[in-house]
Amino acid sequence: MRLGTLHLDRGGQIFLALLTLTTILVPILNLAVPADSPMHVSTFTVTLLGKYLTYALLAIAVDLVWGYLGILSLGHGAFFALGGYAMGMYLMRQIGDRGVYGNPELPDFMVFLNWQELPWFWHGFDMFWFAALMVMLVPGVLAFVFGWLTFRSRVTGVYLSIITQALTYALMLAFFRNEMGFGGNNGLTDFKDLLGFDLQSDVTRIGLFIASALAVAGGYLACRTIVTSKLGRVTVAIRDAESRTRFIGYRVERFKLWVFTFSAVLAGIAGALYVPQVGIINPGEFSPINSIEIVVWVAIGGRATLYGAVLGALLVNYGKTYLTGVMPDAWLFALGGLFVLVTLFLPYGIAGLLRRKETTA
Amino acid sequence: MKTLDNLRTTMRRDQVWEFMVPKTGLELDISHGTILYLEDISVTFDGFRAIDHLNLYIDAGELRCIIGPNGAGKTTMMDIITGKTRPDTGTAWFGQTIDLLRLSEPEIASVGIGRKFQKPTVFEHQTVMENLELAMAADKRVWPTLVARLTPEQHARIDAVLETIGLQEHRARRAGALSHGQKQWLEIGMLLMQDPHLLLVDEPVAGMTHQEMDRTAELLKSLAGRHTVVVVEHDMDFVRSIANKVTVLHQGSVLAEGSMDEVQNDPRVIEVYLGGGDGH
Repeated sequence: MRLGTLHLDRGGQIFLALLTLTTILVPILNLAVPADSPMHVSTFTVTLLGKYLTYALLAIAVDLVWGYLGILSLGHGAFFALGGYAMGMYLMRQIGDRGVYGNPELPDFMVFLNWQELPWFWHGFDMFWFAALMVMLVPGVLAFVFGWLTFRSRVTGVYLSIITQALTYALMLAFFRNEMGFGGNNGLTDFKDLLGFDLQSDVTRIGLFIASALAVAGGYLACRTIVTSKLGRVTVAIRDAESRTRFIGYRVERFKLWVFTFSAVLAGIAGALYVPQVGIINPGEFSPINSIEIVVWVAIGGRATLYGAVLGALLVNYGKTYLTGVMPDAWLFALGGLFVLVTLFLPYGIAGLLRRKETTA
Repeated sequence: MKTLDNLRTTMRRDQVWEFMVPKTGLELDISHGTILYLEDISVTFDGFRAIDHLNLYIDAGELRCIIGPNGAGKTTMMDIITGKTRPDTGTAWFGQTIDLLRLSEPEIASVGIGRKFQKPTVFEHQTVMENLELAMAADKRVWPTLVARLTPEQHARIDAVLETIGLQEHRARRAGALSHGQKQWLEIGMLLMQDPHLLLVDEPVAGMTHQEMDRTAELLKSLAGRHTVVVVEHDMDFVRSIANKVTVLHQGSVLAEGSMDEVQNDPRVIEVYLGGGDGH
């Protein structure tokens, strides 16, 4: 009965094979191939791909709770942003006295606000291990507390979605405030280096790209392990018939709580990898529209497949990069239109289309 | 004075505080031959008395049918036994030792009360076998569930239940693709996977063909003895074919109890329920 994690997962096998191939080829094409060769991959593209991969990890996290557990979270952007902020705080502390004001202790925005000393919650972020821990702990604890309160009171469906949306909105408003101590409107930026590596150098960019690819692969395998285990069958049971699952004797709220928390941690890791690649984190990442966009990626890619979420995240974001370059105004219309079309004609997303081909062939 | 009373209760020397009283053992004790005691239970919904001083006793191993017109309180009674509804007054004991009113829904399921709903609710997107696996009596906490693997004994158990409910050939089929009757049997099978002492079955034959009805009757009869089975049903022919003891509920309390013939000849029952007296 016990199946291997990737056994019978054709889509996942293809996805991981492609990911491996890309992870090997891109660094070679970037570092070893001369810049004037048509085969050369520019560092800009590498960073863009790395960014897409962090989005893919985020989409996997959302698919785990939406596709397999039935929780439509419209607030996963918040966990992503919190992970990003934790990483951003580490990067800020790494700047040291190279900031505009040259204060070795305080980040620039604090000097600008006339603060005399580091707020308590900034302590420890000069150490990478501590920041890395916070990247997982902060989103995880928030998701745990949030989930404990909502799942225990059996808030489900649309109401839960609205609360998650409110959560991310509230965090956005809070982080916009200068007094919060996270750089307010401007967020955290002007990063210099990570673990001693210069963030502007090609090698660091490649390193971050590979780290993102590894995180996506790891996240995929972890989620795949969960959904193929008995735990995964329980979550699907909760998705399809929650009260029935409760009657069989499963404590539904605990299952929801742990899977939701795990998903939030994944989203936090994705955010932490995202920030050094784009070079900035600001409260805009908390904006509700971001979280909705993640759900659209998953819907377009195909729910409850995991690899579909990756596919959706990559395609939609490539489309976004392309369209916002060519026709900036058209992007939101394209996104909305795509969502409507997929909902109407491809209820199982692109992954569903592929699977149908597979079964009819 | 209320404060004083509370204080006195709190300071009583002849008993420990309530939260320190150990939860009564969750081991089922049926040494007196009775598995379920419902005594003096009343429930009111918005002024409507759904259950009115209900007293009901079920013997261990019996197959009991409960009939009654719509609104007689049959479903509410099931809800109380399974913990979904809390009664305003009364007591509900499972065997000698288990106080059902102090347990939550999952706890009630785990002490051995299984319920089959009116509408078959199986997990449509999963196979017959997976449905049974999910329902199996096992450690149902999160981490043990993540690392759970089917042991050979559990495999054998699933096979045995598949045979009992007659779905061996359909084990790999998606439950959503089963016929209505097959879904009902699968759901009974899911109950059996939990090794329940008491099975509550709500309208098992609604919407079934005659052949399916006969098979369901066989199935339920074969379960009695090893399990205690309580069936709520509207279909009189079906009730006659399986029951040796019938309880008639009316306006939330027991109107009559006895064999099908006794009940059908009871003038009060004829008046409120059976109408013509010939059972139709």
